[in-house]
Amino acid sequence: MFPANFGYAAPRSVDEALQLLSKHGEEAKLLAGGHSLIPAMKLRLSSPHTLIDLGAVPGLSGVRLDGNTLAIGALTVHADVDSSDLVRKHLPGLADAASVIGDVQVRNRGTIGGSVAHADPAADFPVILTALNATFVLQSTGGSRTVAADKFFVDYFTTAMEPNEILTEIIVPLPPAGTGTAYAKLAHPASGYVVVSAGAMITRQSSGSCTAARITIGGLGSGPARAVASEMELQGKALNAQNIAAAAAKAAEETDPDGDIYAGADYKRHMATVLARRAIEAAVERAVT
Amino acid sequence: MTAESEYAAVPIKLTVNGVKHEAVVEPRTLLVYFLREQLALTGTHVGCDTSQCGACTIHLNGRAVKSCTILAVQANGKDITTIEGLARGDAFHPVQEGFREKHGLQCGYCTPGMIMTAAHLLETNPDPSEEEIKHALEGNLCRCTGYVNIVESVKWAAQKMGGKNVSR
Repeated sequence: MFPANFGYAAPRSVDEALQLLSKHGEEAKLLAGGHSLIPAMKLRLSSPHTLIDLGAVPGLSGVRLDGNTLAIGALTVHADVDSSDLVRKHLPGLADAASVIGDVQVRNRGTIGGSVAHADPAADFPVILTALNATFVLQSTGGSRTVAADKFFVDYFTTAMEPNEILTEIIVPLPPAGTGTAYAKLAHPASGYVVVSAGAMITRQSSGSCTAARITIGGLGSGPARAVASEMELQGKALNAQNIAAAAAKAAEETDPDGDIYAGADYKRHMATVLARRAIEAAVERAVT
Repeated sequence: MTAESEYAAVPIKLTVNGVKHEAVVEPRTLLVYFLREQLALTGTHVGCDTSQCGACTIHLNGRAVKSCTILAVQANGKDITTIEGLARGDAFHPVQEGFREKHGLQCGYCTPGMIMTAAHLLETNPDPSEEEIKHALEGNLCRCTGYVNIVESVKWAAQKMGGKNVSR
């Protein structure tokens, strides 16, 4: 399988890439690791006129501590997110997600920014990054703006990005003391994509009760969904098995999933409660006070 | 601008198995076809062509990747190792020896990819557990289903290498 023909540009800076993007407009596509875009192009689901390859732009990959946040370059590959000491120390839930994407070879090539900008409803990073309250840095020739994860994932394969913008960095706030993060996934056994998944960020007071919770579900709709009912159920409660199960039981309440050839809607809703419980439990275990 | 110049071929320079190459490629050329058809390195196989089976696995700047999902232009300036570049002279890489010793192949179609993935695993984790070997080979499919002997082959290689990296 070959992609349809296209023009190719390999800019050497973000500015140069932005100028190319302005010039070619919606006929251009940005290429990061290419592990979503190239398969789509081979299937002719996507036939951009021009590819702007960000691979040679310096400064777009790596994880760094920036004040009270971790800043993750958009071109950081999944394997490097997974093995980053900073990520493992501060945001183990993000490492959980990075470690279960695709397979070894995909994790060596696919990028966090590519995954986020592609916004596949069966992707892992959007789910955990929404639980972690991440923000995305979008640059255009007009300047730079940030969009919070809650507002970023708009629909199936659709984000709040404008066609003239490049996602350059993902900013994740360092969670306060006593907070644990985790990600749990039911993967399709052949493709590795998400059937249903859950992300959790839970803050536990020294008394053992929950002071803050962000819980997200993936696979049940067009993108990551906040499980608001579960979050409210946990708020102020002791983080014991019974309360966690009661909160997780509400994980699918705000969703209306479609069944597909792999999994029926009822099964997906049930699995959402199971995975929410696993993610919350793992997060609580990591929430050392 | 004519259609031809819009889709202009792109000059690339890359190193494959220690040999420097310069070529001019259509942007849509997939790396695996560049290696097979322009460099005649046919040890790298095309299996599923959809980044699932791993038969096309090579090392790109030292990391195992699937060359059916990379454009040749993306390899510009990079260093590539294919199955042909793994042995040193007449001396097989320990993973290649392991596949021979432990009968790690039947039809042989998946073998180059399996070996490239396993060699990368042993570079990053010289003493893997059986679980770690299976996890590392998740992206390589064997339609003969010879997985038991494939895992044995990798274990054999790890032992042969004595938990040490083989620098190439």
